[in-house]
Amino acid sequence: MKEPNDIILHAVIKVAVVIILTFSINLFFSGHHNPGGGFIGGLGFSAALTLLLLAFDIETVRQNIPVDFKVLTAIGVLIAVFTGVGGIVFGAPFLTQAFDYFDIPVFGKTELATAVLFDVGVALAVIGTSMSIILSIGDDH
Amino acid sequence: MSWLHIMVLIPFLFAIIVPLIYRVFTPRIHTGWFVLSVPSVIFLYLLRYIPVISKGETIFISVPWIPSYGINYTTYIDGLSLVFGLVITGIGSLVVLYSIYYMSKLKESLHNFYVYLLLFMGAMLGLVFSDNILVLYVYWELTSISSFLLIAYWYQREKSRYGAQKSMNITIFGGLAMLAGFIMLSMMTETYSIREIIHQTDSIYDHSLFLPAMILLLLGAFTKSAQFPFSIWLPDAMEAPTPISAYLHSATMVKAGIYLVARMTPIFGGSAEWFWLVTSAGLVTLLYGSLNAVKQTDLKALLAYSTISQLGLIMSLLGMGSASLYYGTGDEASMYAVAVLAAIFHLINHSTFKGSLFMVVGIIDHETGTRDIRRLGGLMHLMPISFTLAIIGGFSMAGLPPFNGFLSKEMFFTAVLNASDMSIFSMESLGVIFPVIAWAASVFTFIYCMILIFKTFTGKYKPKKLEKAAHEAPVGMLVPPVILSSLVIIIFFFPNVLSKYILKPAMGAVLPAYSQPGEIEIKISAWHGWNTELFMTMGVVAAGALLYLYLKKWIGIYSTYPYSMTFNNFYNQGLGKMEDMSLSLTKSYMTGFIRDYFVYIFTFLIIIVGGCILFLDGAAFDASNNGPVSIYEGVLIISMLTAALTVLFSKSRLTAIVAVGALGYLVSLFFVIFRAPDLALTQLVVETVTTALFLLCFYHLPELRREAVRVKFRMTNLVISLGVGAIVAILALSANGTRLFEPIAYYYENSYELAGARNIVNAILVDFRGIDTMLEIFVLGIASLGVYTLVKLRISGRDRSERTK
Repeated sequence: MKEPNDIILHAVIKVAVVIILTFSINLFFSGHHNPGGGFIGGLGFSAALTLLLLAFDIETVRQNIPVDFKVLTAIGVLIAVFTGVGGIVFGAPFLTQAFDYFDIPVFGKTELATAVLFDVGVALAVIGTSMSIILSIGDDH
Repeated sequence: MSWLHIMVLIPFLFAIIVPLIYRVFTPRIHTGWFVLSVPSVIFLYLLRYIPVISKGETIFISVPWIPSYGINYTTYIDGLSLVFGLVITGIGSLVVLYSIYYMSKLKESLHNFYVYLLLFMGAMLGLVFSDNILVLYVYWELTSISSFLLIAYWYQREKSRYGAQKSMNITIFGGLAMLAGFIMLSMMTETYSIREIIHQTDSIYDHSLFLPAMILLLLGAFTKSAQFPFSIWLPDAMEAPTPISAYLHSATMVKAGIYLVARMTPIFGGSAEWFWLVTSAGLVTLLYGSLNAVKQTDLKALLAYSTISQLGLIMSLLGMGSASLYYGTGDEASMYAVAVLAAIFHLINHSTFKGSLFMVVGIIDHETGTRDIRRLGGLMHLMPISFTLAIIGGFSMAGLPPFNGFLSKEMFFTAVLNASDMSIFSMESLGVIFPVIAWAASVFTFIYCMILIFKTFTGKYKPKKLEKAAHEAPVGMLVPPVILSSLVIIIFFFPNVLSKYILKPAMGAVLPAYSQPGEIEIKISAWHGWNTELFMTMGVVAAGALLYLYLKKWIGIYSTYPYSMTFNNFYNQGLGKMEDMSLSLTKSYMTGFIRDYFVYIFTFLIIIVGGCILFLDGAAFDASNNGPVSIYEGVLIISMLTAALTVLFSKSRLTAIVAVGALGYLVSLFFVIFRAPDLALTQLVVETVTTALFLLCFYHLPELRREAVRVKFRMTNLVISLGVGAIVAILALSANGTRLFEPIAYYYENSYELAGARNIVNAILVDFRGIDTMLEIFVLGIASLGVYTLVKLRISGRDRSERTK
């Protein structure tokens, strides 16, 4: 992207991106009980990255976040499939999810659900997809 | 999940780590040594089941997969699947061992090779051990795909790609037909389990779908097993490396169709249609294959046609044996039941002698650099062991003693003679054809076996025509064919051990009346008196020897047959025509204007959705459950309308984008009012990202300009847009007024107990309807790859054109 070297934009976005990323991670984890989840968390994450793309040019972002988003998509899809296969290993149907409560230091009594793992897959796939589409189109000039 | 399931999945799991092994150990250790452990371990594991199965028991272990649709991953072992399992893993081990010496560890990309091979092996195991027809179908298509990869292993060669594509086109066509047949079967019986379908056989006999389901299933089986006229793919599939040809086309993949016919015999067998379709397809294929094998000059092509012919033999035996089900039990039934036993016997025999012959041909190819019969000759002194192996395999295939092919060939003659005496299925008048075809085909089988052995190994040695100086193969390469050849002889001398422990249980699986041991007495013996069968064999040898000696006099007959009349030509022509047609069709509607595409999409939407609503009486308006419209909603609707109209009439693109964005945000406000914060959030973020995308593209878009378009065109647009609006409105209102299914409120009430989630949307997405979400992210991934490819390909294409300027 050809952008004027806008210092105010850069400064604002550097701060904003951190906030948005934190928020999207929070969104992701709150998904089980409150609004949020893998899809929306992932979208929020890629929104933050898109902001970075708008403020800086693609090359800079690529150098600082050296992630191949196509691979990220594949990893996400694989995670989702494997959590589904996990059910089969324990003799339950494909994609059965389980949850239980554990006492973990610092966090106290926490609910851990395999659904979150599945959601990680969803989030990664969403981030990978949206970013690789945006990057491919952004590259095309 | 039991050991049995894990056993079927081992090849797939191992396929994942093969590339890692390859990377670490190449070039020190050949990857094949690691892969060898997979089939051999499974083979040994399966051996344990022989005593159990031979007692007439079956093993049945089920794991729920999609229990709500009755789809379970059921592993089922009976005599039939055990035979196939042993053949797949037994021959598989030998093939892997052979490939270690055949495939150079320095020159070949072995990781690809073994990944495909393991995929294929796993697919075959899953195919024969699954009781659920849908699971069977999945594995069936997986064998087509993995064999496609294997055949095209040397993908740089055009012929390999052509052969791979041909085999995939034909087998996948058959597979889809088979799927339709399976669905019909499950419609008739309301179950997906083969065992349960067999229990309901009596009730489906008069069903109107009985015959269509049978024909569709047989299409699948015939294409896979290369029956006439679908056999054309098999010779082209010989472009694969020889270990693969030995495996795919002698032992496993082509036998999947045989397996299917055998498996389905208890369901369809006993009807005249099944008897005639299976038997006649088998006999025609037998004759066609043997006639064509004689004229081949490439050793592997000769073997390919001989495989086609032998598969026809097995198929016709299964067809003749199915008559036994017509009688149920009794003397007449057991007379035909022997044909099924002979089919399985010949299947095993064929795997041994054909596997060894393929390996011998591979050795010849490897050590001399050619497979052309015209260039070979006189190899007997240079390759004595290979010569011996070729004699054992070739004589066995020709049906001569003391090799196992003789036994099953005699049983085949018995079966045809029995069938010609049959008094059902209008065999009284047509029965006499059977022995004639069988005898003629056997004569030609004898001739091509002799060509294979003597044209290659005797005569004059022509070193100038060979690429390498011929010499005997390394020991490792000889071990697998030696093992197979010794089996050929061992089986000849001890056929009844095999019969008792393996063949009879397998026959019991095909003919349930004989599923308990001891219900039928069958003794296979090499000497069975001076009977018609023996005289037929003697006639075959005499006529075959005579014709072989005067081969040069009559081989010219083949060249009079025009190429334009062959099925290969029909296939090539048809494929070309289809490509042309689809190209011109595509050109006629792919205009490059997105508005044209919208016209197609929306017209179809109106016709199909509108038609459904009209004909199925779908329009239902039920206002009784509607809530009151609040002032906020009214305001929102008016604002949305304004935004939408702004898009329509805006003169600059920026305004349009802003208005679209506003529309999206207003929708999310709607979600807020309806207390669906999840949806609102998603909508907000999606809208933001979309707008950002728009902005990214913004620079590159041309100025928006009024286009001069004919009035008529606009009228169509108007009609279509009004139609779409009306349909969507009717659909939305009717969807609210119609309650066909259980409301999902059930999930809402129990989401915490069932999934530990207080957020119902998330619980639905992840826990209750996880497969939807999973497939959705599949789609996302594929879409992103699609966009990436489209954009990148365009860029590289443009680069290329710039460079050429």
